[in-house]
Amino acid sequence: MLVFVIRRVLISIPVLIASTIVTFVIVKLSGDPLTPLKQRQSTASVEVKQRFIDQETHRLWLDRSWPEQYWHWISNVLFHNNWGEQVIGHDNIRTDVFHALWVTSRLVVASVFIALALAVVTGVISAVKQYSLTDYTTTLLGFVFLSMPTFWFAILLKEFVGIKFNDVTGTRTFSTIDEPDSWLSVHDLIAHVMLPTIVLGLVGYAAWSRFTRASMLEVLNSDYVRLARSKGLKPSTVLVKHALRTALIPLTTVTALDIAGLLGGAIVTETVFQWHGMGYLFVTSLRAIDFNVMLGWLLITATIVILFNLIADILYGILDPRIRHA
Amino acid sequence: MLETNETLTEASAQQAPPGKKVDREFTVKERTQWQLAGRRFLKHRAAFISLIVFILLVLFAFVGQKLWHYKYEGDLLPTSEINAGPSSKHPFGTTDLYDEMALIMRGTQQSLKVAFIIAIVGTGLGALWGVVSGFFSGFIDSALMRFADLALTIPALALAAALARQGGGKLWLIGLILAAVSAPYVARVVRGVVLSLREREFIEAARALGASNTRIMLRHLLPNTIPVLIVNATLLIAAGILLETALSYVGFGIQSPDTSLGILIVKAQGSVQTKPWLFYFPGLFIILIALTVNFIGDGLRDALDPRQTRERK
Repeated sequence: MLVFVIRRVLISIPVLIASTIVTFVIVKLSGDPLTPLKQRQSTASVEVKQRFIDQETHRLWLDRSWPEQYWHWISNVLFHNNWGEQVIGHDNIRTDVFHALWVTSRLVVASVFIALALAVVTGVISAVKQYSLTDYTTTLLGFVFLSMPTFWFAILLKEFVGIKFNDVTGTRTFSTIDEPDSWLSVHDLIAHVMLPTIVLGLVGYAAWSRFTRASMLEVLNSDYVRLARSKGLKPSTVLVKHALRTALIPLTTVTALDIAGLLGGAIVTETVFQWHGMGYLFVTSLRAIDFNVMLGWLLITATIVILFNLIADILYGILDPRIRHA
Repeated sequence: MLETNETLTEASAQQAPPGKKVDREFTVKERTQWQLAGRRFLKHRAAFISLIVFILLVLFAFVGQKLWHYKYEGDLLPTSEINAGPSSKHPFGTTDLYDEMALIMRGTQQSLKVAFIIAIVGTGLGALWGVVSGFFSGFIDSALMRFADLALTIPALALAAALARQGGGKLWLIGLILAAVSAPYVARVVRGVVLSLREREFIEAARALGASNTRIMLRHLLPNTIPVLIVNATLLIAAGILLETALSYVGFGIQSPDTSLGILIVKAQGSVQTKPWLFYFPGLFIILIALTVNFIGDGLRDALDPRQTRERK
């Protein structure tokens, strides 16, 4: 097992390196960061403007070749923990990106837990009572959520729940998150996180409940469950101890793999709720081609996704004794 | 699957020379794999209804636009008719410039075009990718699959948005980008199918008869992945349509003089309470498109999966 883990970690490293290269090319293809500067009408003479553009080009390393720029970026990140400067302004973007990551992780973690809990409960119920009214209703609901644009539902929620219950959902209150150690800030945090969490959770819920149902059905029809029943075990024991434990194994993998999708879903959700996390950061940085922010964002996202793929593989090996990696 | 089916019919054809009626103990009408799948699909009521609704949506978007006497661009509505709720003259109400139904027709059309591009280019590319990867094991396989893994490490929406930013909202470009983003998913699934097919006897037979690699891939492996491909295509289409609207929502999709269902929602989000028809109808159409495609996919999975023997009640 240890050998497998080590080998799996080693395989991830080239993937991560290749991913940084792909990321870099994508960011380069997405546009010229100095376009707004070049197009700006100013009273300054052409010469002065040109000199400023040259200066900015030099500061941002845009006058070098792509490999040089790439190396400049990645070596600074790796060896100096320097994530680069903003295109407009000279601040280092590291604190921005990591703050955004922290803000988003609050959202994602909460929504994953809610979505998983709901998905397992409804998935199991609709598998046990297959083709019943409950099954049809939850299946239909799952399909509707799967087919609903996230932002449409988010706007709906904001308009009708957010505005009506303003004090509870905290769409109006000012953020007091940064004042620690106060009961008020905890309450405020929960209030702010509520609606975006519901929206983001539903994205995961729809897919995962369908998956739990399918996985549970497969297990319930298998021979060993029939055996467990025929030995006279209590139905609840069969269901929870024998069937559910096996049925949940593939779900762990799917959940870990869907993290990329959730981070993508956060882009839309955060835009609707003006939640200043990773998604919001990506949209604003893409509008301005703030390329260091985009690079940092994509690097962090890729790392998270690769990390969760790794966790999924390792968990699968631990949970399922049939899989023994050499 | 298909291949075994063909050999079966060949075998029965040998038993019965043309023109001579076979005397069988049990006379059951022979049905091909596709006929059986068709029958199973028709029994999946939700899928069948969805197919009809989907065809109606296609007609609504492409034919309806020709027939409807209001346009989504050009001549504006008279001021007496703007900002009005649904009426017999404007079934979905009006915006401050145009008739909402004309706009929705245009938006639905855009979404469907994107869907078709994803279905054809995305699954085509993914199928080739998967078949090549699965057929040639070893270095080519590892390289192609690591590249798929790589593409999947970046959230699809972020990837699509970054690539589409420079495109200026051209529909075909957005379609192609979304197709490229979804191809790795197809490639993975197809590769899995090909890996098991590759070891089957009919491939061995084809090779023994001297078929080239290209022939085996295109004539023997690819047709057998079609059931899986169709099901995956529908799932991708549904996801792609939602991705396109999300792209429009964050501002990197189809650009403003033209319209899409996503843009209609963005424009209406400030007036959900005052002009609700502008918000609900485009959303309803997105849900309708994605939902019907999802249900059709579900029906197709039930119909084409040979392991699925249980009939639905």
